Amino acid sequence: MKRVYVNEKWCLGCRLCEYNCAFANSGLDSMVKALKDKPIFPRVHIEEAEGITYAVSCRHCKDPLCVKSCIAGAISIQDGVIKIDKEKCVGCLTCVLVCPYGAVAAGENGAAQKCELCLANSCGEPACVAGCPNNAIVYEER
Amino acid sequence: MSEYVIVGNGVAAAGCIEGIRSADTESSITVISGEDHPVYSRPLISYYLEGRTTIEKMNYRPADFYEKNKVKVIYSRAEHIDSKKQTITLTDKQKLKYDKLCLCTGSSPFVPPFEGLDAVEKKFTFMTMDDSLALEKALNPESRVLIVGAGLIGLKCAEGIAERVGTVTVCDLADRVLSSIMDNECAAVMQAHLEKHGISFMLGDTAVSFDKDKAHMKSGAEVGFDILVLAVGVRAEISLAKEAGCDTDRGIIIDETMLTTVSNIYAAGDCTQGLDSASGEKRVLAILPNAYMQGHCAGVNMAGGKEAVTNAVPMNSIGFFGLHSITAGIYPADSEIYEDHPAGGIKRLYIKNGRLAGYILIGEVDRAGIYTALVREKTPLEEVDTARLRLSPSLAVYKADIRRKKLGGVV
Repeated sequence: MKRVYVNEKWCLGCRLCEYNCAFANSGLDSMVKALKDKPIFPRVHIEEAEGITYAVSCRHCKDPLCVKSCIAGAISIQDGVIKIDKEKCVGCLTCVLVCPYGAVAAGENGAAQKCELCLANSCGEPACVAGCPNNAIVYEER
Repeated sequence: MSEYVIVGNGVAAAGCIEGIRSADTESSITVISGEDHPVYSRPLISYYLEGRTTIEKMNYRPADFYEKNKVKVIYSRAEHIDSKKQTITLTDKQKLKYDKLCLCTGSSPFVPPFEGLDAVEKKFTFMTMDDSLALEKALNPESRVLIVGAGLIGLKCAEGIAERVGTVTVCDLADRVLSSIMDNECAAVMQAHLEKHGISFMLGDTAVSFDKDKAHMKSGAEVGFDILVLAVGVRAEISLAKEAGCDTDRGIIIDETMLTTVSNIYAAGDCTQGLDSASGEKRVLAILPNAYMQGHCAGVNMAGGKEAVTNAVPMNSIGFFGLHSITAGIYPADSEIYEDHPAGGIKRLYIKNGRLAGYILIGEVDRAGIYTALVREKTPLEEVDTARLRLSPSLAVYKADIRRKKLGGVV
C-alpha cells in the first residue's frame, strides 16, 4: 500500500504541506477562504530537530494503537487506510494518548483528525505531497 | 473446528471476536450477553447525557458486526462453568460446550452498605447504558444532585448532567479529585476548572448514612439532594471464574497470553488482573484500550495463534468542560519531577531510574502519545534528547537514526 514518507534531507521547513493539507480538507474551493486570517488545523505538521525539519503525518500502521484504543469505536481500517468517523468521535483524545508518532490531534470542532491520504477529499491524493516544492514528502509503496 | 464461547459482550468481547477471526474464520463463536444491547461504548454514557452522542452512535461496531463475524449472541447470563467437562450453564438452564472460553465479565459498581440507603428513592449507579437512561429520566432543571465519588465515573457523570440539573455536589473521601490518575498539583487545576463550571466539592469527606433526601456526612455536615449517584468505585466480576477454579485476587489472574490458571479458560478486560508493566505488579487496569487489546490477544491465542500483552500501563485521556487531560504511567514519590505550565495548563513529568515513569498533562495535550510510548517502552532517557523531551513531546526527542526509521518505512 502507498503511504506518505518524508525525506528530511530535502525538507525546507516551508510548511506549505500544512497549508495544502488544511485547504484540501476544508471542503472549500478557495485557499484564501479556507485559510486566511483563521487558525488552521492541518493533519501534517513540521517538526524541527537541530536545524533539520521534517513533516509528520499518520503512518497508517499495520497494527494501529489508535484503532484498538478508540473508546467510541470511531477509528477503523479500510483497505489499509486508517479513518476516523467524525460523527461517532466524541473528542476524548484517547487516540492522542496512544499514537506514538503524535500524528492525531483535535480538529476545529473538537473531534480527532489525522491524515487519511486525501483519498476522500477533492485532492484525491496526498495534497502535502502534490504541493511539496522540493519532493521532501513522497507517496509511494515501501 | 472449535467451539469458542465468550461470556460478556463489551469491548473486551469485541476484541476477542476480532482476535479469533484474525486466525480462524470458520469455527463457531457464541457470545453470552448479560446486557440487552449489542456491544456499545460504555464510556460514552456521560456524552449521551450531555447530548454529544446518540444511543445509535454509541454502538461500538457496525450493525452487521456479529453477522459478518459469524457470531451467535445469546442474551442471557452465565450461571455456572464446569471446567472439567468444559460446559457452561446459563440462567435459562441452557448448557453450552466450549473448547476455549473467554471471560469478559467486566466490573460492577461497588455500593457500600450505607445506613438508610434503602429509603432513598432516586438513587443510581453510573456504569451502563441502562443506568444512564434511568438517570436521565430522573433529571429536571431544579434537581439537586449529590454524587458520591470524585473519580473518573463520578466526574464524567457530573459533567454530563451539569446543564440539565440545578446543582451538582461531588463528595469523596480522598482529598483530591481523580485521585487514581492525578497528583495533588494537577488535581487542583482540574478541580478549579470544574468549580468554574458550577460543580461543588466536598473532599476529604463522604456520606456515611442517608435519610430520604439528605446525606449525613462524615464531617457532621448534612447535604440535601433530590438525586443520588453512587460512584464510589467498581469491582471486577470474578465470581464465575472463581467458582470455575481460576485463581482470583481483585481480578481474575491472567498471564501474558490472557490465559487464566485453568486450562482453556481465558479472561480479558476489566475483570482481569494482569501485568501493569509500569509498576511491575499484577493489577486491575480497568481502561478501555486495555480491554480491547487483552480481548484481541485472548482471541488470537484461543484460535491457536500467538500474541502477548507485555506493556500495558495505566493511561487515561479525559476532558471536562473543554479542558483535556492526558496521563500515563505511575508517579513514584522518589521521582525527579519536571513541572511546567504551557498555555495556562500544567504538565508534570515523573522521571525515575533514567526512564519516564509517568506524566500528567492538562490543557496542552498535543502529541502526548510520544510521552506514552516512552513510558510503555521504558525507553532509557540517555537515548533521547531530554531537554526537548521536557519542552514538548515530538519525534525530535529521538536520535536521528531512530526517528528516520520511525518515519521512513512501514510500521
